[in-house]
Amino acid sequence: MTAAVLEVRCLTVEFATRRGVVRAVEDLSLTIGEGEVLGVVGESGAGKSLTGTAVLGLLEPPARIGAGEIWLGGERIDHLPPARLRRLRGRHMGAIFQDPLTALDPLFTVGDQLEETIRAHLPASRAEARARAVALLAETGVPAPERRMDQYPHQLSGGLRQRVVIALALCAEPRLVIADEPTTALDVSTQAQIIALLKRITRAHGTAVMLVTHDMGVIAETADRVAVLYAGRVVESGAVRQVLHAPRHPYTAGLMASIPRLGAVGARLAQIDGAMPRPGALPPGCAFHPRCPKAMQRCREERPPAVADAASQVACWLAIAPAEMTARAGEGHARDGAIQALGSVPP
Amino acid sequence: MSRVAAWLDSDLAWSFRRSPVTVAAAAVALLCVGGALLAPWIAPHDPFDLAALDLMDALAPPAWLAEGRWRFLLGTDDQGRDVLSGILYGARISVAVGVASVLLSALAGVALGLLAGYAGGAVDAFVMRVADVQLSFPAILVALLVDGVARIALPELAHGAAAFWVIVLSIALSGWVQYARTVRGSTLVEARKEYVQAARLIGRHPAAIVLRHILPNVTGPVLVIATIHLATAITTEATLSFLGVGMPATTPSLGTLIRIGNDFLFSGEWWITLFPGLALVALVLSVNLLGDWLRDALNPRLA
Amino acid sequence: MSPADSAAPPLVVAEDLARYFDVSSPWLERLIGREPRRRLRAVDQASFAIPRGRTLALVGESGCGKSTVARLVTGLYRPSRGRVLFDGVDVTAARGAAGAAVRRRMQMIFQDPYASLNPRWRVGDIVAEPARVQAVVRGRAQCQALVAELLQQVGLHPDDARKYPHQFSGGQRQRISIARALSSAPQFLVCDEPTSALDVSVQAQVLNLLADLQTRLGLTCLFISHNLAVVEYVADDIGVMYLGRIVEFGPRDAVLSRPAHPYTRLLLDAVPDLAMTGRARTPVGGEVPNPIDPPAGCAFHPRCPWADARCRAEPPALWVDGRGRVVACHAVQEGRLG
Repeated sequence: MTAAVLEVRCLTVEFATRRGVVRAVEDLSLTIGEGEVLGVVGESGAGKSLTGTAVLGLLEPPARIGAGEIWLGGERIDHLPPARLRRLRGRHMGAIFQDPLTALDPLFTVGDQLEETIRAHLPASRAEARARAVALLAETGVPAPERRMDQYPHQLSGGLRQRVVIALALCAEPRLVIADEPTTALDVSTQAQIIALLKRITRAHGTAVMLVTHDMGVIAETADRVAVLYAGRVVESGAVRQVLHAPRHPYTAGLMASIPRLGAVGARLAQIDGAMPRPGALPPGCAFHPRCPKAMQRCREERPPAVADAASQVACWLAIAPAEMTARAGEGHARDGAIQALGSVPP
Repeated sequence: MSRVAAWLDSDLAWSFRRSPVTVAAAAVALLCVGGALLAPWIAPHDPFDLAALDLMDALAPPAWLAEGRWRFLLGTDDQGRDVLSGILYGARISVAVGVASVLLSALAGVALGLLAGYAGGAVDAFVMRVADVQLSFPAILVALLVDGVARIALPELAHGAAAFWVIVLSIALSGWVQYARTVRGSTLVEARKEYVQAARLIGRHPAAIVLRHILPNVTGPVLVIATIHLATAITTEATLSFLGVGMPATTPSLGTLIRIGNDFLFSGEWWITLFPGLALVALVLSVNLLGDWLRDALNPRLA
Repeated sequence: MSPADSAAPPLVVAEDLARYFDVSSPWLERLIGREPRRRLRAVDQASFAIPRGRTLALVGESGCGKSTVARLVTGLYRPSRGRVLFDGVDVTAARGAAGAAVRRRMQMIFQDPYASLNPRWRVGDIVAEPARVQAVVRGRAQCQALVAELLQQVGLHPDDARKYPHQFSGGQRQRISIARALSSAPQFLVCDEPTSALDVSVQAQVLNLLADLQTRLGLTCLFISHNLAVVEYVADDIGVMYLGRIVEFGPRDAVLSRPAHPYTRLLLDAVPDLAMTGRARTPVGGEVPNPIDPPAGCAFHPRCPWADARCRAEPPALWVDGRGRVVACHAVQEGRLG
């Protein structure tokens, strides 16, 4: 395994509200190696975007980092002053957001924005910066890059804009790119193109990528490893193939089974009843237990720690005490929420 | 949880309690408005009771100065009227003019804004062009115009009695535009939302859609505008009265009192104009501060 | 999704529907800039029929006109050309009592669970509104009973009637939307991307609920979606739309397992591969063009690997391929493509 570019240790993101401190992300740890794509997946409100924002140092009050450490290439960055973080963000961290239109300044041409970003972070003359900008556009698959340089963002289609945003994120050869729902605002056919591009570019440059998304399809196509978030915590993480095909956490299993897929005609969709609890209203014990078909007494009382084996890491009492699980499953403890057809996940 | 308890627990009540300036402003505003409303019961004298006036009491300074009398806490004017009582009664008229003109312009503005926003097309264009024209006249000019017309149209005696409504109408005429524009904007946004489409789908009458569905969702900004407009309306009334086209001296508002007192400023009787002036500042400032707080508290982006 | 009764006429028929939107600049600007009027052809030449008890799904990318079709069918928009027949009655011409009678029998579920419920209304009032307006129920008691029954039917508690929409999650709000749609006891339900704003685990709940209700109540559905996998799950027939036109139409299995039109093939190919079989893709470049000035000829030709001179010049007409499928493609018709 290559050296970790990003290492997040026991990160907690919290909000100070008038009803006290609410933890939206808790005790979250991740690592991303060089050239590796880590998918961070979860439902809305699971804390996946907050995690990305926290790493970028862009949390806005009342959100703040409550505990934990963020290391980028051996340097601790979670407590750096804003000015230092800003330089770091352009130079070593790139960001790709969901809406490409808001990520680009409507008043400047594509070329202006690329050149300015390049020159802000790399020693380059105007001509060098322009040459590099054109090369980047060409690399991100923008047709006729010389002509596009002089166009404004509103003159480009959604897919082209997202390509420009990717070029912008890669300007200074960052070590880490954080892509937050990069394909969600795009059409299906364009999505596929952007996924392919993201994969190709990051492989070519050896960039580490944190891919934040709600879309398991995007994860399956793009990521090497995946971390599944539920209610602010990582419930399962590991190699994509492992997690998607042989999920060990009941939530991951339910999630995978509930995705409609082509060719599965006639089968009723598996569903997880209920909804994810809001931060600040988490049930005691494992946050998933009210929806879990395999919940045991212990799940209701005690929060499961993350345990790792060779392939993956999972935070579930089932993984810790399988014997206890089988003994209790027959007693019919799980009634208030059931994953139907849990076993129907195709291998 | 009872309604009162629920309200006390709401975010609005919380942001109110957290801002000392707002709490102070609310206290001052309550004092001003309360004093104005209760003037007939709490004022030490009745400034309109001509029989009770005594020219011997004229131009008495405030009580704490030499020659001051405790009967007249803030002194008296040239007619021997108690300044404090005058202020209480004057504030009553100022607040009444303010509230009436705010209600009138809000009613007209909200109605026209809803109409323009929901009907669209030619109706929208017409209402908004009228609003543009209206906006190009300063409020004072509109007021002077209305007052002038009223003076020509009405006999002298009737004009005195109608002065209140003339002022209310002049202020409302220039005030409705802001309501109309804001409400039209929110109506455009709401009308495109799917809950309105759902109501159209089942064949609800457009009037029912506007009144039952859209109106409750556009009232937040109206409340904010109304509060700030109340302060503006009181100031406009005071300005008009100060210029002599507002409330007559027989039923003086704060502005009228300031104008009357202004004549005595250079002869050394400063209290006749200063205290009504201070009362006006306290009233307008406190209402304005409340309006600012309400705007911030109801704006989800700032919260 | 009961089998169609072939003898009965279809419940909903769209005949040559078209809807244009005027997207010109304001007249003063047009006058000064000497700009012509600009029309956006949101929907053009859309014809289809939905048999009783069956579901037609319209699928396509943003700007293809599928949501406009939904609004044309329910009468929210008036068509620029063509007409919609509901049980033999022209929806757009029916006014007054006849219009009300038709409207009571069709309802709609919207995409955005946050915008589709009036935030100032209690859930009970929201759900009861169609029934009250269309006089399905009379009196307070009858109304409350109906609301309680509807809420239970969609998996909520009768007590939820007293709450406000903001107290519910996205999936629960969509259930409230469904309860509202059912309150006037409709026969026809239009679902405009009902799950695309929901998380997957909740999407499954809502799709299952819709399927159950359709079976139980014998509903006929028009289902709008951009997600082919969802469409496969709900549809009996599928229409694929591109830039305002239906380019392929046919029974679900025919369209999805043996797609004819190159655009349908592209869409199917773009579905992310969850099974990670590493199947080879034929990446099709380009994006959906601006619908204000669509390409000449076949609107898909700039992205189509099989396009030739004819495709660039002449818009293809719908062609019945003999296997119950209708396709608008020169290449398919000429047999140029497998």
